[in-house]
Amino acid sequence: MRHLPSERHTLAITVANEPGVLARVVGLFSGRGYNIESLTVAEVAADHATSRITVVTSGPPPVIEQIIAQLGRLIPVHSVADLTAQGPHVEREMALARVVGQGEARTEALRLAQLFGARVVDATTRSFMFEIADTSERVETFLALMRELGLAEVARTGVAALAREPAAART
Amino acid sequence: MTTPATNGAQAIVAALTDLKVDTIFGYPGGAVLPIYDALFQQRAIRHILVRHEQAAVHAAEGYARSTGRPGVVLVTSGPGATNAVTGITDAMMDSIPLVVLTGQVPTHLIGTDAFQECDTVGITRHCSKHNWLVKDPDRLGETIHQAFHVATAGRPGPVVIDIPKDVQVAPARYRRPAGPVVHPSYQPRRKAEPHAVEAAVEMLAAAERPILYTGGGVINSGPGASQLLRALAEACGAPVTSTLMGLGAFPASHRQWLGMLGMHGSYEANMAMNQCDLMLCLGARFDDRVTGRLDAFSPASKKIHVDIDPSSFNKTVRVDLTVQGDVGLAIEDMLKLWRARGTRAADQKGWWQRIEGWRQRDSFGFRQEGSTILPQHAVRRLWELTRAKDPIITTEVGQHQMWAAQHFGFEGPNRWLTSGGLGTMGYGLPAAIGAQLGNPGRLVIDIAGEASILMNIQEMGTAAQYRLPVKVFILNNEYMGMVRQWQDLTYGGRYAESWSDALPDFVRLAEAWGWKGLVVEDAAELDGAISAMLAHDGPVMLDCRVAKLENCFPMIPSGAAHTDMLLHAGEVGGEVSPDAEALV
Repeated sequence: MRHLPSERHTLAITVANEPGVLARVVGLFSGRGYNIESLTVAEVAADHATSRITVVTSGPPPVIEQIIAQLGRLIPVHSVADLTAQGPHVEREMALARVVGQGEARTEALRLAQLFGARVVDATTRSFMFEIADTSERVETFLALMRELGLAEVARTGVAALAREPAAART
Repeated sequence: MTTPATNGAQAIVAALTDLKVDTIFGYPGGAVLPIYDALFQQRAIRHILVRHEQAAVHAAEGYARSTGRPGVVLVTSGPGATNAVTGITDAMMDSIPLVVLTGQVPTHLIGTDAFQECDTVGITRHCSKHNWLVKDPDRLGETIHQAFHVATAGRPGPVVIDIPKDVQVAPARYRRPAGPVVHPSYQPRRKAEPHAVEAAVEMLAAAERPILYTGGGVINSGPGASQLLRALAEACGAPVTSTLMGLGAFPASHRQWLGMLGMHGSYEANMAMNQCDLMLCLGARFDDRVTGRLDAFSPASKKIHVDIDPSSFNKTVRVDLTVQGDVGLAIEDMLKLWRARGTRAADQKGWWQRIEGWRQRDSFGFRQEGSTILPQHAVRRLWELTRAKDPIITTEVGQHQMWAAQHFGFEGPNRWLTSGGLGTMGYGLPAAIGAQLGNPGRLVIDIAGEASILMNIQEMGTAAQYRLPVKVFILNNEYMGMVRQWQDLTYGGRYAESWSDALPDFVRLAEAWGWKGLVVEDAAELDGAISAMLAHDGPVMLDCRVAKLENCFPMIPSGAAHTDMLLHAGEVGGEVSPDAEALV
């Protein structure tokens, strides 16, 4: 079963907001040899009772199925949604990028940042810090361009994702 | 009922009492002294002092598996907790409900590498069904009630509650829950979907070569599930086989019984699994000891998997139909529908003729000749001389365990306690102690090997202290027999470290602890020795000297198909390919 082609899946896991819950989820992935491409976690409920963990993982379909079933076994897990399997959804991640350079490269970095909708959140005479929030693919492309223009440091949040409303419900 | 405001330790004991806990297996230490003091001042709960924390957990497993009630363990922080880890992992692998209470250093010292501190919650996170660190004394009672619920609901398993010492002595309010615990996120489905049950019944009715492949889930579902299994088997006429963990769920004397399947299972069970057109898996999990080589596993069959834990579905073997729910309830629903529709099973005459042909091979057969006792013969005679007493059997791990599984017949559930998933040597003696405490008056026998028994030999003291008349029947071949067998099969007979050197004199060892010690080495005296063991009203260790080089057959070598079964020693090659050598 493990020889089938690998697929990338984005999972949204709702968990009880209790100590150690992230360790349980992460430990499950490492203990059973599953991949984590990105992981984000934050409290999402007004009463602070639940958190939402978004995991981007990859594996052949039977492995993805096992990952979901194994997550479901964890006692504090309320639900696991496979956003990739469920259909249209929005994925965004945020990156902060420090780009160091002067002259032509500096100007070009700023121009490209504007093109990508990245904001300047800090600046010195020889560096910019850009903030970009977009799809992982667009963030990748932006960072690849910045690499040629003096990219010195990057911090990324990993993917946050929500399913789209069904078309009929949209206005 | 609200117990007056007391301290945390008393709240713990009050909750355990409300949960009708009658026995705790444990070992005291600095971080649990307040709980021991609270236990000292009450009479509802009996504490059993073991000699090592690993044994406390195995004893609790033996208690749980033989009574159907969760086992309870109390150990101290640090080494108390780490010593318990093997037992907790064992219970996790075999789905045994346990509640393990561990002491922890006081809250303000957590994280400072204090004396006897360890990250118990971190260490046991991977080997327990769930765990808690309780920092609020007022939540102790609630957590204990929730822990019992989690341990026993759905697929059972061990849970751990880590309790810092300051929480045990702090003032604590305890209120007995008004009703059953409802967990906010853990709500396993017990009742199967009707359409899945209906599809299963239709597939079973249409099958010409069906087989019921049953496992430990049937035992966990309660004694009623075993009754229902028998009724379903008789209704559909299919042969029944079982995993190691499921032995006893179906009576061994039944004409539809094929014996255990898997690596050391019967020829007829494995051939029937290979050749069936419909496999109904009831509370088993297709593990590697059962399936052998996956791409050759039962190639022509439709497969139905009934399990309460959906993560067992399609984990290693793709199945055609999944039925999620308690296996006993699912069998009951299937049976009701089968009967309501007046279903008649398809003609299985040809199927049974083939099965009879496989049975003719007599794959568990052996020839006891001369005075040297064959281990198979020893188990067979032990069964024949004790079956009228309906004994509870525990085992250690290795050849003796497989011979016990092959040659001891079980007629009902909860009588066979063995470490299946983890394969823990040293399980059998403490498990026998736990089983004896849960079943006073019953005959409890640990079928052991001379190497395994030494792994928790200190528990002889526990049996002596509580006057538990457990019997230890050692098949002594002076080898770690299963290791030596694999060295025969795979390493050209190079017996690296598998000889049990410097063994104790088991008779004198027994006597040193106030047990009765017996030894037998002549086949003609075996029955007499077994009778003497049974006649003694106290713990007995019988050192049964058996043929030293006997190997356990039949055997499906690791990574081989069911059809590649070795039936006897003459078929053994002595070396294998590097690929096969890497398998366990």
